[in-house]
Amino acid sequence: MALTSSAAPNWLDRWQRPLEAIVLPVAALVVALLIFGIFCALAGANPVAVYGSIYKAAFGSWSAWQNTLIRASPLMLTALCTALPARLGLVIIGNEGALVIGGLCAVVMGLSIGTSLPPFVGQMTMAIAAIIGGGLWIMLAGALRHYRGVNETISSLLLNYIAIAFMNHLVEGPMRDAEFVTKPSSAELTEALWMGSLPGSRIHYGLIYGLIACVLAYVLIQRTTFGFAARTAGGNLRAARIAGLPVGKLTLAVCFLGGSCAGLAGMIEVAAVQKRINESLVSNYGYAGILVAFVSKHNPLATILVAVLLGGILASGGILQRSHDLPDATVLVFQGIVFLCVLFSDSLYGRLPWFQEKSVV
Amino acid sequence: MATEALGWWGVPLGILAGTLRGSAPFLFVSLGECLTEKSGKINLGLEGTLLMGAMSAYGISYLSQGTVGEFWAPWLGVLAAGMAGMFLGAIHGWLAQQPRVNDVAVGIAMIIFGSGLAFFLGKPFIQPQAPQLMIFQFGAWSSNPAVQAALKISPLFLLGVAIAPIMQWFFRSTRWGLYIRAVGDSPEAARAMGISIFKVRFLSIVAGSFLAGIGGACLSLYYPGVWTERISSGQGLMAVALVIFARWNPIQCLWASLLFGGAQAIGPAFQSVGINAYYYLFNAAPYILTLVIMIITCSPKRTLVGAPGALGKDD
Repeated sequence: MALTSSAAPNWLDRWQRPLEAIVLPVAALVVALLIFGIFCALAGANPVAVYGSIYKAAFGSWSAWQNTLIRASPLMLTALCTALPARLGLVIIGNEGALVIGGLCAVVMGLSIGTSLPPFVGQMTMAIAAIIGGGLWIMLAGALRHYRGVNETISSLLLNYIAIAFMNHLVEGPMRDAEFVTKPSSAELTEALWMGSLPGSRIHYGLIYGLIACVLAYVLIQRTTFGFAARTAGGNLRAARIAGLPVGKLTLAVCFLGGSCAGLAGMIEVAAVQKRINESLVSNYGYAGILVAFVSKHNPLATILVAVLLGGILASGGILQRSHDLPDATVLVFQGIVFLCVLFSDSLYGRLPWFQEKSVV
Repeated sequence: MATEALGWWGVPLGILAGTLRGSAPFLFVSLGECLTEKSGKINLGLEGTLLMGAMSAYGISYLSQGTVGEFWAPWLGVLAAGMAGMFLGAIHGWLAQQPRVNDVAVGIAMIIFGSGLAFFLGKPFIQPQAPQLMIFQFGAWSSNPAVQAALKISPLFLLGVAIAPIMQWFFRSTRWGLYIRAVGDSPEAARAMGISIFKVRFLSIVAGSFLAGIGGACLSLYYPGVWTERISSGQGLMAVALVIFARWNPIQCLWASLLFGGAQAIGPAFQSVGINAYYYLFNAAPYILTLVIMIITCSPKRTLVGAPGALGKDD
């Protein structure tokens, strides 16, 4: 053993850590797929055929890719709502609530604008309203954490339910469109404010918003003094305080940014998909976003990749139901298995013999 | 409706009835969470456990009614709910104690996994009607049907009320209670005493999840007495806040559960006397109440009185 390690080429040692950071999550995904296969087999479906269907429905054709990317864009944004505060050491899971508040703000703004502004300006105004609404919503959880010591995980989760109840109250009462009878909803946005699609596809511009947000978040966290301060405070709160970092302001700012991303996701959903606000906006993008953030280890660039993967899995939910007779909750079970496997893989860092630092002989 | 005859008295009566009905799940889940947190780990995944318990209780009650009869089938369901809870608790208890794994993150994963599993397995049980648990009619003395309806009390609720003081005694006066408190308050001291931290925490989490599973059975076999995917709506998570509010004391968990059950009943009580305007806002009352209570009782400067020392720390 000692012989082989001293004989091992130098580059292997240098690439050990990055390699470990890639191999472990990928291995976790593979293990999750295997466990999911066993689960499907127990439920009476052929696992290989299920894998095939998921691949086909997610990445098998241009049409499948479009479905996947349409779902990936809100996921990128809601994931940032967990990923950004996580760099500060906060576990925020209020993504769904911020998304709903963002969608609500966008619709209120959109309905009051109507056709009075040029479409592009109108959409930007809606986006800004959603960003501010979602941002303030999560900033509330951050402020409660900082000033009152309230556990941010629980408070942000409670805010989800409050946001959904508030939206239900508005669409049942003050904002209800009496002519739309399918389900209680607000009035429809004027067509000028609908978000268009990228040329030659069904993919709406939300994808661009998501990509830009992820790249900006990456630059902000990894390449600016603000990001450095946030990461320092996340690493060691006391040291950050002693170094004179404004921890309170950092907490509020990072929570605002995270919430604003989820709010933007809400605006995209109402402007590109729903066109009005009702209960359909609560479609688990928030909770799936938490998963994306954790799987991507709160790295905004990895978030893009994981969001596309999960978007593909979400896109395959329908086909599992149609051709394998599996309930739509199968996708949720799969998400849970992936999450658990990835968390377990965290405990393996530095414990696997291949990645251990070789002792100098 | 019968409550209309009572006029405005229908509101407090409705809230009382809702408290007696709706607090049972809170009670079981908060007692389970209290037991878990006393050992120094948080289990946020009780939301998933609650759903899984509700589904298993309903499913087993429905499937076994032919073989064991209408009376015993729901009790078998309650047992199954507890076992389902223990299964999820075992996953949490093992995974949350691995090095570098955060128990809050595991809890979130368990919410997704538990609810996914419950919806997956529970799909066939959404339509059929399962036999419900027996009910004690404490309102037989009254001729008023609304009073009678309000005083229908589930044996599970009474069981939960009985468990609270027993758990208090367990923590205070038994060897195993001391072990759990030692592991939760200062793991080093517990290790010096020769207690296996892993084993105590694992068993506490599994036992707590057993109780939470029974909380789920309260939902599907008593009130509201159906199995739907929206049956729990965050009660498992509110329990975590509720335990903080109750200062990790089982008796106070009982009072807090009654308070939360009451808050939950405000919306339906007003609806029963014909006030619909703010139904959804009243439905948010338990969440807002939880938030307000946490804002009032938490403080950034000191740890909370009664909080287990090792809670929220690595190891």
